[in-house]
Amino acid sequence: METTLAVLVGALFAISVYLLLSSSLIRLILGVFVLGNATHLLIFVTGRLTRESPPLIDSGLKVAEAGIANPLPQALILTAIVISFSLFAFLLVLSYRAYQSLGTIDTDEMRVAEPESGTPAMRGRDV
Amino acid sequence: MSDWSAWLVVWPVAIPLMGAALAVALWGRERTQITIGVLAVALQFIASLALLQHVWVHGPLAMAMGGWSAPFGIALAADTLGAGLTVVASAVALVILVYSVADTRADHWKAGLVPLLLALMMGVAGAFLTADIFNLYVWFEVTLISSFGLIVMGGRREQLDGAVKYAFLNLLATTILLIAIALLYGMTGTLSIADLSGKVAALPDDPPVETVALLFLVSLGMKAALFPLHFWLPAAYHTPLPTVSAIFAALLTKVGVYSLMRVFMVVFPDSAEIARDVMIWVAVATMILGALGALAETDIRRVISYTVVSGVGVMVGGLAIGTETALLGTTFYVIHSIVISAALFMAAGMIARAGGGTRIADLAGLYKGSPFLAVAFLIAGLSLAGVPPLAGFWPKVYLVQAGLEVGAYGIVAGVLISGFLTLVLVGRTFALVFWREAPEGARAIGPDGGPVLKGALAVLVVATFVIGIYSAPVVDLSLRAAGDLLTPAAYIEAVLGLPQEAANLGASGTEARP
Repeated sequence: METTLAVLVGALFAISVYLLLSSSLIRLILGVFVLGNATHLLIFVTGRLTRESPPLIDSGLKVAEAGIANPLPQALILTAIVISFSLFAFLLVLSYRAYQSLGTIDTDEMRVAEPESGTPAMRGRDV
Repeated sequence: MSDWSAWLVVWPVAIPLMGAALAVALWGRERTQITIGVLAVALQFIASLALLQHVWVHGPLAMAMGGWSAPFGIALAADTLGAGLTVVASAVALVILVYSVADTRADHWKAGLVPLLLALMMGVAGAFLTADIFNLYVWFEVTLISSFGLIVMGGRREQLDGAVKYAFLNLLATTILLIAIALLYGMTGTLSIADLSGKVAALPDDPPVETVALLFLVSLGMKAALFPLHFWLPAAYHTPLPTVSAIFAALLTKVGVYSLMRVFMVVFPDSAEIARDVMIWVAVATMILGALGALAETDIRRVISYTVVSGVGVMVGGLAIGTETALLGTTFYVIHSIVISAALFMAAGMIARAGGGTRIADLAGLYKGSPFLAVAFLIAGLSLAGVPPLAGFWPKVYLVQAGLEVGAYGIVAGVLISGFLTLVLVGRTFALVFWREAPEGARAIGPDGGPVLKGALAVLVVATFVIGIYSAPVVDLSLRAAGDLLTPAAYIEAVLGLPQEAANLGASGTEARP
């Protein structure tokens, strides 16, 4: 089971890297999204998969007997999902606003903040 | 019942959180918000001073959140490095906020500058004080999400352009950090930094540890703006409001450097050989290429952005050497760099006021209009280059000495060459912006801002001068911080040996884990 999921995680990482190498903002957004989900799945697998053994502790015991499902990765994933969801929403809005005011979704053409300088720095009178 | 002093470690995080919540509740009343902001950062500064004093006298201090004792729950913990950096960060943030009161326009206050700044300060303090590595990721995200709000404030075209690059690359960095943390958890079954310290050392095989260490280097190095992962910084830091640029340059890259120090000195103290070898050459390249990048730039704020990158190389160079003297130099340089990056971006904001822009080609003859600004910029710039007796000189002395001791000549050469290039850069920028006579018919030189702006800048410039002349306290602090990192036994004991009773004392609602 772990092996299958590990292969799936690897495939998702490969997809997201492919998307992130693009210069189109849309593909970048999708790449970030896939990367986030691949990571969540990775956390899930690192907690080891144990089927049909809920993380409950018998009354009278302080520590559970061995072999229960690990609840911590699920808490971590929940945190990570909340965070990545909000950041993803921000990225969507930011990209849309950038498209509105820059008129392009090609990152190679986004050169407003870093103009390709044709002007020498020190034009004007010499020091 | 127990030890109330443990609460000291909570306040530097909790105060800005409460301030931010209050400021959000009072949306629309900008004046009240500003008062809350200044008060909250001032209180955070006082609280971190108290924390540092306690750590200085009694050693590292830890507190378990929610009564779940480590290594199962999340603890906040402060050693000399974490507490000291919180003090410096909140002090400089206070100065920047005062500068901002006089600099920022009303519509930006309306857009929520105060709550976002306070959330940023909470994230920074949280990252400095957390003892849990997943929690470190959460604080990174807190810092990141508030910095997103800050960087687009104003909404000009170039800001959106810079923000797109900043947002994507930083999000990628934190995701890689999360991957590294997940793999580390899979190998050790723990997230507490103190617990990891022993468990990583006990792991049988090296290749997975090396891989995870390299993932940490990539993600935190991206946060710290190490070459070749630094491109987001000069693409974005020159676009936002002067206040925002100042606080980003002062704090955000330093959080990355701090985390690198924490991870490589406490979690991977004896392993991660490959990552350390890589780190040396990456640090040298960052120092020199950062300085060269600055020389090639034509916009004064971009010049300063590149000098921030160069400084990150110097700090990480000390970490790569890893001896006591080197870590002393790195810690000192972090403190120096927090002060000086803020001062330079504040000066750039005033130059833009006086000269009407930030392109060096358009600026000339500002000395006539504002001799104060000229002197302040020159002192800050010389301190950046490491000219004695200013504060930037001492950490470089320690780093060069440490490099010579262990034979890390690459680092020594990098520090010296980047210092030389920075000196050329500062001299050239000063000559062009302040000395060069304005051409005929040029724009008249405007006012450089009121006494508040000047006062705030003067505080930081005087600070870099005083630290340079009387460096003993900062050296003592950095030496103790270096000692804490090299022998983290006290830190580990403080976190893992938390008595159950103290742990039961209480929850503070600062944790993000549901």
